[in-house]
Amino acid sequence: MINFNLFILPFFLGLIYLIVVVARSWYQWIKALPPIDKVKLASGLRNPKQIVTILYEIFMEGLIHRRMWKRNPLMGYMHMTFALGWFLLIVMGNLESRIYSGTHLNAPYYPIFLKFFIHDKLVLFFETYTVPAFFRFMMDFLLLFILSGLALAIIKRQYSKWFGIKRSPEHHFTDTIALICLWLIFPLRLFAESYTAGFFDGGGSFMTQPLGNFLVRITPIPADYMAYILWWAYSLALGLFFIMLPYSRYMHIPSELLLIIFRRCNIQPKKWFSSFSDVELHSCSRCGICIDTCQLNEAGITNSQAVYFIRAMRDQFVREEIALNCMLCGRCQEACPVKIKTDSLRLIKRREFSASHVSRFSYLEDGTPLQREVVYFAGCMSHLIPSVTNAMTGILSKAGISYVFLDKDRSVCCGRPLILDGKNKQANELVEFNKLLIRQTRAKLFVTSCPICYRVFREEYNLPIHIQHHSQFLLDLVKTGKIPLQSSLKRVVYHDPCDLGRGCEVYDAPRELLGKIAELVPNEEEKQNALCCGGSLAILSSSQQQRDIVTKEALKILLKDEPDILATACPLCKKTFAKQSKVKVMDLAELIHASIPIPVNAI
Amino acid sequence: MKQFGYTILEDRSIDIDRNDQRIREFLSLNDPSINACIGCGSCTATCTAGHFVDFNIRRVHTFLRRGEAHLLKEEIQKCMFCGKCQLICPRGVNMRNLIISINSAIERMG
Repeated sequence: MINFNLFILPFFLGLIYLIVVVARSWYQWIKALPPIDKVKLASGLRNPKQIVTILYEIFMEGLIHRRMWKRNPLMGYMHMTFALGWFLLIVMGNLESRIYSGTHLNAPYYPIFLKFFIHDKLVLFFETYTVPAFFRFMMDFLLLFILSGLALAIIKRQYSKWFGIKRSPEHHFTDTIALICLWLIFPLRLFAESYTAGFFDGGGSFMTQPLGNFLVRITPIPADYMAYILWWAYSLALGLFFIMLPYSRYMHIPSELLLIIFRRCNIQPKKWFSSFSDVELHSCSRCGICIDTCQLNEAGITNSQAVYFIRAMRDQFVREEIALNCMLCGRCQEACPVKIKTDSLRLIKRREFSASHVSRFSYLEDGTPLQREVVYFAGCMSHLIPSVTNAMTGILSKAGISYVFLDKDRSVCCGRPLILDGKNKQANELVEFNKLLIRQTRAKLFVTSCPICYRVFREEYNLPIHIQHHSQFLLDLVKTGKIPLQSSLKRVVYHDPCDLGRGCEVYDAPRELLGKIAELVPNEEEKQNALCCGGSLAILSSSQQQRDIVTKEALKILLKDEPDILATACPLCKKTFAKQSKVKVMDLAELIHASIPIPVNAI
Repeated sequence: MKQFGYTILEDRSIDIDRNDQRIREFLSLNDPSINACIGCGSCTATCTAGHFVDFNIRRVHTFLRRGEAHLLKEEIQKCMFCGKCQLICPRGVNMRNLIISINSAIERMG
């Protein structure tokens, strides 16, 4: 019997097209890697241990969707049924087809349409102890598994709130077509197999056989015609899905595999648009998890969330407003199941937009700072809150530390605000200026009160001295006994500043410090999920009123347990919250300073 | 006018014929917060760059209102974008976006 029928053509051609397009994309991405990354990739892929970790991650993330499960179990199950279910269906189908063909090499369409070609009536549907029947059972089971996910997907589209999802992304035309095809594939397969099994009175298993028998009885037109039409439809749905895949969000399937390989081979994202960024863009599945985590929704900004920005960037059409309307707080990045560095991508785009802007800082004059062990750099924002700088200088002198207050009179910006606007070249001028000043102090330790400064000093300055945020520095002082503390009975809630927490992963030092002087109240959105205060310097085109709404909503959650004090470690957060908070907002330095019982002279 | 004995001091007058309102109009569309400015000068008082050089955001506003676009370009190049002015502004003017928008406007006008 020749195992061929015209209806396999749509599937077959679609599959070939898909393979060609994906292979070309992969080739172009790998080809565009800088030479050093190519070496990393080659050596990574030669290492068997590395390959095992890559395969493990592909299995856990690509098929099981572990991060999605952690975020939302229902969504995790839904994605797993499609990915793992379909994968196993292909594997099982392939193995099953070998029983009948007796060869290892089958035409790729043969396992897919096996039930059309083979009507194995020798085994009854309830028997599972023979090998063919086992496969038949498994194929039905896997199909049912996928259909359960499909049912969830359909329910989710209608009642997303049941899934704990407040907002779903709005999809483009291509995504909708691909989605419809994907949704049709499995029901069509079910009905095609059922009609065939019903017509031949055998060849199905626990689901397709009874359904087939039933359908044949109630359908007025002959079952073989019906089956043939359905096989055609099944093939068409598959073919169309394959053709649409590279142009829809489903391109994330092949892209994410490459992204995992890149990451495991230690290929880092670049400051400019590289092939790594392009792979990241294509790896976005537009699941929309980033939408719900974004605080800008509350302020009525619903078009600039990471999913829309990444889509616009992939389509190479980003409106400036979308690139600029983001606080770069990093919440979406933390929530992203694919861990796409949305902030870096946005900064890349901002750099393109501000490429032609000019700044001139030639007016800055070099000074000669004092030479001391410790440099204290308050930062622009801290200067707006003298209570913070006063507390810091008070603690420093009480601990008897010889320090130089680098920006006491005339502070120069650290450069991060310029970087957030995409003006790296201009920021570099300030960085170099500050670097020279700091080197001249010959200090061993650099302390800053501002997380925004702290982050840029760590990431961009490459200074040969130790850099600390004041929360870490104060903790060291307390631990070494340089400042004694008196605990109070106040209940304090701690707000993680974005740049200190998600930006530099300093979560524990401030908490440990607060634990020593007060009762720390936990909060529902903390550490990696901490809220942004709304004062972010990164958001440019939204209005003050919109930002105030973000602050208000963040305060509602932070002050839920009615603490006595809202503590933070960032002058910008403090300033932003203080405008609206009913509870007193204090910086860590202020709290520590107030907790020192008696003046202690140099020890 | 001359026959009445009046003289016109160039730097004290606003020449309506040369008054270029295009940037201001562009900004008003792009970021209406600019219209909320009351000229209190808090921004200038706190300015980081202003500690080093003669830079005055309030003056930038004045240039904008007077339509003296040709003076703007050099002025805004001194800004460090630190954002203190924006934080201190009692009227919620989007200062940083304003400077970026002026830049874009100048570019568009060529």
